[in-house]
Amino acid sequence: MGSHGIRDQVAIVGMGCTPFAELWDKGLDDLIVDASTEAFASAGVHKDDVDAYWFGTAQSGMSGITLARPLQLHNKPVTRVENYCTTGSEALRAAAYAVASGAYDVAMAVGAEKVKDSGFQGLNAMNPPNDGTQRTLTAAAMFSMVAPAYGNKYGVDEETMSDVLASIAVKNHFNGARNPRAQFRKEITKEQAKKSPRLAGNLGVFDCAGVADGAAAAIVVRAEDALGYTDKPIYIKALSFAAGSGSGLIDPGFDYTHFPECEAAAADAYRQAGITDPRRQLAMAEVHDCFTPTELVLMEDLGFAERGTAWKEVLAGTFALDGELPINPDGGLKSFGHPVGASGLRMFFECWLQLRNEAGPDRQIGTIDRGLAMTHNLGGYPGEMVSFVSVVGSALG
Amino acid sequence: MSGILSAAGYVPYRRLPRSDIGAFMGGASGKGTRSVASHDEDTTTLGVEAARLALKSAALSEPDALWFATSTPAYLDKTNATAVAAALRLGRAIPAYDFGGALRSGIGALVSALDSAKETLVVAADMRDGLPGSADESAGGDSGAAVLVGHGEGVLADFVGAASATDEFTDRWRAPGGRTSKLWEERFGENRYLALGADVFARALSAAGLEAGGVDRVIVTGMHARAVAGLRKRLGVDESALIDDLAASVGQSGAAHPLLVLASVLESLGAQGAPAGTTVVLIHLADGADAIVLRTTAALAQWQPTRPLADQINGGAPLSYSKFLAWRGQLFPEPPRRPEPARVSSTAAHRSEDWKFGFVGSRDRTSGAMHLPPSRVSMEGGAVDDMEPVPMADAVGTVVTSTIDRLAYSPSPPIVFAIVDFDGGGRYPVELTDVDATEIGAGSRVEMTFRRLFSADGIHDYFWKARPLRDGHAPSERGAG
Repeated sequence: MGSHGIRDQVAIVGMGCTPFAELWDKGLDDLIVDASTEAFASAGVHKDDVDAYWFGTAQSGMSGITLARPLQLHNKPVTRVENYCTTGSEALRAAAYAVASGAYDVAMAVGAEKVKDSGFQGLNAMNPPNDGTQRTLTAAAMFSMVAPAYGNKYGVDEETMSDVLASIAVKNHFNGARNPRAQFRKEITKEQAKKSPRLAGNLGVFDCAGVADGAAAAIVVRAEDALGYTDKPIYIKALSFAAGSGSGLIDPGFDYTHFPECEAAAADAYRQAGITDPRRQLAMAEVHDCFTPTELVLMEDLGFAERGTAWKEVLAGTFALDGELPINPDGGLKSFGHPVGASGLRMFFECWLQLRNEAGPDRQIGTIDRGLAMTHNLGGYPGEMVSFVSVVGSALG
Repeated sequence: MSGILSAAGYVPYRRLPRSDIGAFMGGASGKGTRSVASHDEDTTTLGVEAARLALKSAALSEPDALWFATSTPAYLDKTNATAVAAALRLGRAIPAYDFGGALRSGIGALVSALDSAKETLVVAADMRDGLPGSADESAGGDSGAAVLVGHGEGVLADFVGAASATDEFTDRWRAPGGRTSKLWEERFGENRYLALGADVFARALSAAGLEAGGVDRVIVTGMHARAVAGLRKRLGVDESALIDDLAASVGQSGAAHPLLVLASVLESLGAQGAPAGTTVVLIHLADGADAIVLRTTAALAQWQPTRPLADQINGGAPLSYSKFLAWRGQLFPEPPRRPEPARVSSTAAHRSEDWKFGFVGSRDRTSGAMHLPPSRVSMEGGAVDDMEPVPMADAVGTVVTSTIDRLAYSPSPPIVFAIVDFDGGGRYPVELTDVDATEIGAGSRVEMTFRRLFSADGIHDYFWKARPLRDGHAPSERGAG
């Protein structure tokens, strides 16, 4: 028994990603076709060459048919997966394991979400029939309890905390402004971030992820076959997943300053990948910055900063595009946008571009000789969360 | 001999200053305030709050029967007393009935209970509406009241006589589905009620073997303000015996009002140390008249009401007229642009009755871990199906952290929300109510209250919220219960 991982057994050989935006003129099918077509071309394969498909969407459709119909896949094994905001990552995880198992030679993961057809701002969960006792709070409100708890625990006053959170928003907008596929391509100032209208607790509009439509796709093959598809495959070093029991919500021991599910997923991923010093071994990380305090706490949960110190590192610029460890070089959920089912694969897409040195002169990070990149994707709320962590690398071994 | 074992009133937290109505609508304003149920309260939840208080201040935890009276029921066809019974966690075998529709139903239920051999919890609640600027809107009030009727040593006041007069005349009426009453010319009703009131007073005194001069306290209630005022003058009792009918502070709360004022009088007699044998007459004018004569016992001096009405009346907070109109559906402010909740699943709600209506969690017998909601599998250790139920409705807790959600759907945004750790164990993330967002923060003390979260497809979603513990005492921390 144990989590053994599939280090260096599977490679990503082609990817696609649509621009993330309020795409009023594109439906779910368009998004799927756009991302998939780009991925097929990227790997140089035809849809019939792909032996099995996993399709991630949180709420935009049900069953594998939601993918098979727009792509006109004929009797292929197509599975729809859903796991909150980690849905896209789950699709890739399933595809990678299927290839690693030997069941298929070529598998594809597609994640897509058409969010902007609801007529409402933000994300809206559709709950199954229930007894009416569930919380109806927004994610913003649940995450808004993190910053005060963190500040209180580590002695960060409100003014400083506001500065820290604004710095995270400014950084991710800076990165997104340089990324042609990002939803928000404008830099912002700390003052703008601080003065934005409050949505929940002390979280303002600029503390929250962009809500966008979009899709992303990845094609995976066995590592030994990878060079037959591309000169620059990226190899899967680790895939880990942790689903919390939800007990954080009712456990008086939980203090809202860390996410145990993320810590667990990171620990497993580092073990699979053989990483002992993530801050120095990783070239970059894409993390789930659904709200600015989430990114702050993740810097500690993922081992990039000591407990109680991430706020200082944020202010010092450690995680900037040209910093010691670039975090969310593509702009993150904050600025790239968050079409739920696509976001996990979008994170892989950034690793794919950066590790292959294809991000473009404006925003190519300078740390890629480290050869390793991480994606971290979470779903749910503080106390009741699922978390995914992957590590990918540009070379075997 | 039957009598009253306990009584309690519940006055919702918000008060509309009557001067605000005149300021907005123009014209003269009434004096004082009227009580206003929160947007998440209805007559069922008002009744639950009063019933919880009445049971807590009695030695009895479960009556033989529950009767619920209101002129403004949350449901028709479906019995409302069942939700009250579920929130009180009364057993399946306890009959729970509605006395519905009419303003006479509250006093009717009380008189019937006093005539019965059973221990009956009589609960009444009302929310009185009027069109904007009307006398009904201003004079009306919202409240719940509960009177536990029974026998034996714990009786606070013996039932010593009663009289009723029934008269078919149309003074005040309301078609089903309507929210506001219509009225005949005032003088007609006044004329009828003065005669009817005098008649029942005389006959009730005769039944109790009393003269008017021997009556220590008289309560006169009814929606017809002129008739109430006129009757008080004509009863021939000492001025000091006529007690405040709470019209100026609470407002006329319909079917609940006679029970509310009765609870208030018993509380003040107890607090004043009035001698055993003090006689109290309650007269209610509605489609006839009813009079009840009570005589206090020595037990009254020992009785400790859980949350006295005097404290509740003094403890309210003002509500703007615009908010009042919005809460009463007379003004339609822009709702949050979020999807409205779907209707509650009847089957799911029934399966979780103890949790949803009773706020009963579970405690792992091995690890002691508290689970809210109850769980079959423990979050600590490996125990399965080894939990004991833990009623948490009376638990008091402390806010660990709180937030304001300006985005989420609410009938009255924003939502104020907190993580609460209960004394004695257990944590629950819960919506707060009866609260100004700025008055809550880490360390605030809160207690639980039964509320209506929303309604969809005509189904009301009842569940619990937390509210600030304003007097520093939880009902469970004092009183006899």
